[in-house]
Amino acid sequence: MNEYTYAILFGVIVGTLARILMLKTDYRQYPTYLHGKIIHASLGFIAASLGAIAVPALIEKEYTAVTLLTVAATQFRDVRNMERNTLAEIDPLELVPRGRAYIEGIAISFESRNYLCIFSAFISTILFIYFDLSIALAGGIGSILLSLRLMSGSTIKDIADIEYTPLKFDGAGLYVDNIYIMNIGIKERQEEILKYGAGFIIHPKNRNVVQTLANLGQRQAMLHDVSVSLGIFRDSGTPALTPLIKRDLDDGRIGMFILPQNRDIDLAIKIIGAVPVLESAIRMPTESKSYHETRDE
Amino acid sequence: MMNIEKAILAVITTDQSKIDGGAPIFICESKQELEMIAANLEAITDGIAHSLSEELYIIVKH
Repeated sequence: MNEYTYAILFGVIVGTLARILMLKTDYRQYPTYLHGKIIHASLGFIAASLGAIAVPALIEKEYTAVTLLTVAATQFRDVRNMERNTLAEIDPLELVPRGRAYIEGIAISFESRNYLCIFSAFISTILFIYFDLSIALAGGIGSILLSLRLMSGSTIKDIADIEYTPLKFDGAGLYVDNIYIMNIGIKERQEEILKYGAGFIIHPKNRNVVQTLANLGQRQAMLHDVSVSLGIFRDSGTPALTPLIKRDLDDGRIGMFILPQNRDIDLAIKIIGAVPVLESAIRMPTESKSYHETRDE
Repeated sequence: MMNIEKAILAVITTDQSKIDGGAPIFICESKQELEMIAANLEAITDGIAHSLSEELYIIVKH
């Protein structure tokens, strides 16, 4: 036992706790099962240990010890690879796949959560060493809250308005409002689609989000989340019953055609609104230099 | 290697003068038979039956 033992222990506990709190199971159903949780709680413990131990190392002027953190970075990049590989492996078995962009988004968040863990452990250990337990506790809680805040990005309802629109057929063409979805030849199928399907129009709120919503990965993520949450009326070998999402080229609105098992429209709108905006889909055309130059003239 | 993503698997029609060669062709007597064959072929081939006109359907693998 030395002077830092309690401080390190405290940092490790706070960091691990932060990881466990970030590991909530939600409607995205990942990771649902005990084994997935154990893997991430253990990695969180490792991350927290690294964050906590870095502080005494710095105080004792053992600066080389900080290079250990680079090992951590490599380690957690592997976490990202692991998540990406697992999800990519099982994706073809989903009735409505997540899509690569969504998988990448999930993998990135798994990696970054470990860094948030290191951060929480680091802050709490510093506070414990230089102040006392009560301040360290407050700082630990503060850093966990900050981590939880940093963890959650914006969702579709922040960038777009969602509106229910009944499906209609014009000849064999299926439409959501004026957006063409696909051609369905057989009458029975058309009736099935009108009976079980639902259409939604997603109106982008501004210029920037038009491009974000147009991203194919973002659109697939929306289809996946809705299908997981509401259930889906389809099976393998029924390609005509495929949820699709198409874009109006004139104004960037998105027409969404889904086949939910649970036909609660308000719930569906809520779920579409809660789909995370994927980091890889975010575009900021109005932030570009040339945009401002043309504006200023 | 070229990967063909979409392909017309079959053509079903009641009007023989509209079609020629290429994919397997199914000629039907009536609109009713046309729809029945299209529905069956859709299920068998895991494709989608698209209607080009009242008397011309194609099965497409997506």
